[in-house]
Amino acid sequence: MTPILPLVVLALVVAAIVGHVAVPAVRPWAWKAVGALGAAMLVSLWYFGLYWAPPEQFMSDVGRILYVHVPHVWMALLAFTLNVGCAVAYLMKKSWVTDALAESAAEVGVYFGAVGVMMGSIWARPTWGVWWDWDPRLISTTVMLLAYVGYLALRSFTEDPERRATWSAAAAILSYVSLPIVWFSVRWWNSLHQVQSNPSTVDKPMVAVLRWGAVTMLCFLFVFIVKRYEIARSRQTAAMELPPLEAPRAEVA
Amino acid sequence: MKPETRNRLIAIGALLVAASALGWIAFGSIGENLVYYWKPGEMIAQGDKAYGATIRLGGIVVPGSVVWNAEHTSLTFDVADSHTPGAPKVKVASGMTPPQMFREGIGVVVEGTYSASGTFTTNRLMVNHSNEYRAPDGGMSGEWKDTVSQADTK
Repeated sequence: MTPILPLVVLALVVAAIVGHVAVPAVRPWAWKAVGALGAAMLVSLWYFGLYWAPPEQFMSDVGRILYVHVPHVWMALLAFTLNVGCAVAYLMKKSWVTDALAESAAEVGVYFGAVGVMMGSIWARPTWGVWWDWDPRLISTTVMLLAYVGYLALRSFTEDPERRATWSAAAAILSYVSLPIVWFSVRWWNSLHQVQSNPSTVDKPMVAVLRWGAVTMLCFLFVFIVKRYEIARSRQTAAMELPPLEAPRAEVA
Repeated sequence: MKPETRNRLIAIGALLVAASALGWIAFGSIGENLVYYWKPGEMIAQGDKAYGATIRLGGIVVPGSVVWNAEHTSLTFDVADSHTPGAPKVKVASGMTPPQMFREGIGVVVEGTYSASGTFTTNRLMVNHSNEYRAPDGGMSGEWKDTVSQADTK
């Protein structure tokens, strides 16, 4: 894969999400349109992935999980990149918007990453012969997911919204170290997981279906993040509006 | 200190810590100290230290070296550093049925022990798939459906 393509995709998705956040007029319908597109693409992905694409020469039909396993992990990497971007933006200029967007991106990223790892495990059993092994790619991916679970836990343990925003932004930057390690783990160390494929190592129909799968998941990534963002925003508003709770009254016997 | 300045300092501090942690992992000696598996050549180079300890050995299954006895589920084959003829190799004995993907010339990682007799004994054999995904006939002729059953039995 050309190194520039993921960056272009990242820019497009970020632009779409920021646009959705910034322009209130599109909020009622844009996510529905993208969600409907994603659903339609998913149904056709079943056809393309399970029937239209050829089986793999050695893995046969098992290899078809490629079309969902890889896009899921890509989405996790995209979401975490959006998360760190929002974290830096928050620290540069305080805003509840970037804080809420960072939270939703991290949560959606953990979802896609965890599902991607599960699919990888299901793929590993018939191909590698084991469900799991502590190879560098699998270790680094586990560490990455745990780092972001920790980030989310940190958010829910901190009660003051501004302290939460500030310190979770720092935690987000530190967690992001795991991403390049995940990406390069298969090149830096001997591993059971294969190195990244590129269009020259994958037959054309399979590349096409893989890209179809990636765009499908991008639609869902967009919908999940913008909807989760709305939840985060309404929680923020609720936290600001509620009066401080009264001290518990003594029980009257 | 103004809160804005403090936040920017936090950002710079976190970025510095993150960058140095990454640099340390990428360019430091940790890369050489973390080893998932040894290639046969590297294992042999360890000499006596390689005997007895549980280690992972990875390499290529040497074509023509596989001996499979289905009755006793005993499998022996040679694992070499690479496809190059004459690359260092080690004899591996396994007591388990190999994964379906196992075949001559494929990458494997085996976990077990190496003995002075020169045989590596394993109960955990893993097959390493390459980053290539190909249709049975090269994928371009559209006649793949006829070869599905063939691919299934490989």
